[in-house]
Amino acid sequence: MKQRIGVYICHCGGNISDYVDVEQLSKLIANEDNVVISKDVMFACSDSNQKEMIQDIQEKQLDAIVVASCSPKLHTHTFRNVALRAGINPYNYVQVNVREQCSWAHSDTPLDATVKAYGLVRAGINRVAYSEALENIEIEAQKAVAVIGAGVAGMRAAIELARLGNSVYLIEKEEQVGGRVAQSGKLFMTGEDGKTLTQRLLNEVKSLSQINLFTKATLEKVSGSIGNFTIDVNVDGNLLKLNVGAVLVTTGFDFYQPTKNEYGFGQTQRVITLQEFNQLIENNTTELIIEGRPVKNIAYIYCVGNRQSKGPNRYCSRFCCTAAIHSSVRVHERFNGVKAFHFYRDIRTYGKQELLYRQSSLNGDVYLKFEEKEPPIIEVENGYPVVKVKDYLTSKKEIALKADLVVLVTGMVARSDSNQISEKLKIPIGNDKFFNEIHPKLRPVETVINGVYIGGACQGPKNISESVQSALAGVAKINALLQKGKIALEPIVARVNAEACLWCGKCAEVCEYDAIKPLEMNGKMVAQVNIATCKGCGICAPVCPSDAIEIAEYSNQGIESMIAGFAAEAEIKQSETQHEEETEPTHVGMKEYPEEWNKILSCFNGEPLTIPQISDKSALAKELITYHLMTMNRYGIVEPAGLNDDESYNMYKPKKQ
Amino acid sequence: MKTEGYAPKILVFSTDKISDPGIDQAGLRKLHYSPKVYVISLPCSSGVKPRWIMKAFEEGFDGVFIAADGHECSYSPKCAEYTNNIIVEAQRLMKERNINTKRIRMAAICSVCAEPFVNHMGTFSKILSELGSVKNEIASNS
Ligand SMILES: Cc1cc2nc3c(=O)[nH]c(=O)nc-3n(C[C@H](O)[C@H](O)[C@H](O)COP(=O)(O)OP(=O)(O)OC[C@H]3O[C@@H](n4cnc5c(N)ncnc54)[C@H](O)[C@@H]3O)c2cc1C
Ligand code: SF4
Ligand code: SF4
Ligand code: SF4
Repeated sequence: MKQRIGVYICHCGGNISDYVDVEQLSKLIANEDNVVISKDVMFACSDSNQKEMIQDIQEKQLDAIVVASCSPKLHTHTFRNVALRAGINPYNYVQVNVREQCSWAHSDTPLDATVKAYGLVRAGINRVAYSEALENIEIEAQKAVAVIGAGVAGMRAAIELARLGNSVYLIEKEEQVGGRVAQSGKLFMTGEDGKTLTQRLLNEVKSLSQINLFTKATLEKVSGSIGNFTIDVNVDGNLLKLNVGAVLVTTGFDFYQPTKNEYGFGQTQRVITLQEFNQLIENNTTELIIEGRPVKNIAYIYCVGNRQSKGPNRYCSRFCCTAAIHSSVRVHERFNGVKAFHFYRDIRTYGKQELLYRQSSLNGDVYLKFEEKEPPIIEVENGYPVVKVKDYLTSKKEIALKADLVVLVTGMVARSDSNQISEKLKIPIGNDKFFNEIHPKLRPVETVINGVYIGGACQGPKNISESVQSALAGVAKINALLQKGKIALEPIVARVNAEACLWCGKCAEVCEYDAIKPLEMNGKMVAQVNIATCKGCGICAPVCPSDAIEIAEYSNQGIESMIAGFAAEAEIKQSETQHEEETEPTHVGMKEYPEEWNKILSCFNGEPLTIPQISDKSALAKELITYHLMTMNRYGIVEPAGLNDDESYNMYKPKKQ
Repeated sequence: MKTEGYAPKILVFSTDKISDPGIDQAGLRKLHYSPKVYVISLPCSSGVKPRWIMKAFEEGFDGVFIAADGHECSYSPKCAEYTNNIIVEAQRLMKERNINTKRIRMAAICSVCAEPFVNHMGTFSKILSELGSVKNEIASNS
């Protein structure tokens, strides 16, 4: 039993400590049996904290650690590595989920969240106390990969995987490959034609013998696990069984289809989507013609089906500002005398794409800004659309424009059949229906299912270069996994207590993997587990009549001590947390604010700000601002003000006293 | 025995790859459920030992919920049947101790089942709060 345990409770920059009284908790935990150190830390996963943990483990001769932070799906490996680097066994570590399953889930009842967090941490300590030192197991891995979807992302990934020496099965549901890009004309930022680009990739795919391309092919069934998946594929009516070590999903996106009457869509031929418009540009050579007449005035309406404050399409599709402006620049290149009016909310031609915006402005394009609450209204007069809008750039002056053509700058949505892929591969989809990665910043192409990766626009809106980047990141992960032909697996497998086992065979009966066989030992037959084939599912354990088989890490002692740990909720001093809440706004007067608080407050000018914006204005480091804002939030001096436009940062504003 | 406004303690057995991500997602989306819900994650819902369930009641949990993988289980196509066998065995043990068998419940929760999980916790809490504390039940029955 471990008796020198270190406990680290994470603030997660406020994600936890805004709701759970992390400081009180760490003080209480310091008094627990076998706990040598208990600390509350700002970001447990940060480099500096990892170093501090290693130092603590070595200096205080800790024999086990508990980190109470985010979901174990995110950082189990991080902290197991910390243990390893510090010289203790990585399995003498337990991660307690006080974020997804506590502070966030109970953000409505902070006191109860603290009480629960106490029970969770206690359970973690009990569990780690009974933890054992375990060694990894190596298994053979198939050096073969299934890539689902042969758009640019899938084809580019297949080529690279093959070049790295893997067999690749490229599975495309359509008859043609190339996805959305094959349907596009000239592309930003290279000017290359979409069909040419995808044909070039296809030629390369065909030249590589390691790639098996199946078109008109769909996924039927997936079984097995990392290193050894069995995939049933329906290729134009014929069933094929494939054995692969990993799967990369690159199924791309659907176009947002405007609803009937959305900005006049469907009322006249003169309101079309961006992709229809791109086709029109390709199909006309000397003059843009619609309904037999030349087009001279074009109105582009941006963010159609995107950035909606309600519903699933709250995100920005990233590519569409650039795509629309690129189309407008193309129109000027190809046709004379066409005027362009862009009705936008914000222009997001980030990075080098800004050059296109500049070109469009030089071409004389007119930009008019609207806001979501007052979108343009399209009325059809004599078959022509009239766009009416309040222009926010000229003090909301009312403008009416009779256009020959209205282009709805529509964004991306998830594939309508993404549910089916999600069900078969068991990978989660988000509220926006795109596939979810484990962690958008730290593990951006991995899914919760080991061995299944995502790349390209199936994960969320991306342009071609971003799609290819993420698919190649998936390639790097998969290749690192399979290249040795062996995968190190967690040693979480079944084991038999030979003394108690009577060889009744019940465990072997339920094992799907044929991992249990009888063995003669000391004159009697007992069950023996093959650790290479055992998946550690634990199905054999409850069926044993003499409780003789268990899974490492899931021993009776471990689990039952956790249950006892959860039960220990009574020791939280409820008054401490409540006291803080009752007294917060009145207790701290302005004169008592530290200097930094004043600096932070002086940045606000009526508008909410993000941490980077405050950092720019105050010249204070972002980490410092994060720290202070958290405390200021707790004392009711600032309050959260939602997400910024591209949903990348939380915003804050001073709280009215 | 009915206890007005009683907030029951629930122990959930979830699974690492299927139901636990669903429960995480409920938190991520701040869909609230009772803070008296505690979760232990296992590889598979067919690996829950009936003795752990009994331990939960002894420790004062008013209900045990198995967030099962059901047909989604990547280990065994018979997972639902096996998990059900565990429940049947646990109920046998519960009857021996005169613990109301409604205190154990199972439902399939998948990796995107945030709302269903929250709804299950709501319904189960309601049933359990009508049954009252398990401690009273164990005490009055013994
Ligand atoms: C109007 C418009 C203009 C654009 N212009 C540009 C531009 O100029 N420059 C730029 O960089 N980006 C542009 N983009 C963005 C670009 O289209 C995407 O970045 C790119 O298509 C993403 O590639 P992908 O391979 O991830 O997805 P996709 O192109 O969608 O390809 C996915 C592939 O997977 C297949 N698939 C789907 N589901 C399954 C399944 N269940 N089983 C098997 N196969 C399946 C599909 O059939 C398809 O072949 C534009 C987008 C739009 C809408
Ligand atoms: S890139 Fe974003 S801001 Fe621009 S049109 Fe698309 S959704 Fe709107
Ligand atoms: S079920 Fe238990 S007693 Fe029977 S063979 Fe397996 S380990 Fe031995
Ligand atoms: S843990 Fe699962 S795979 Fe391993 S022996 Fe038991 S039933 Fe078989």
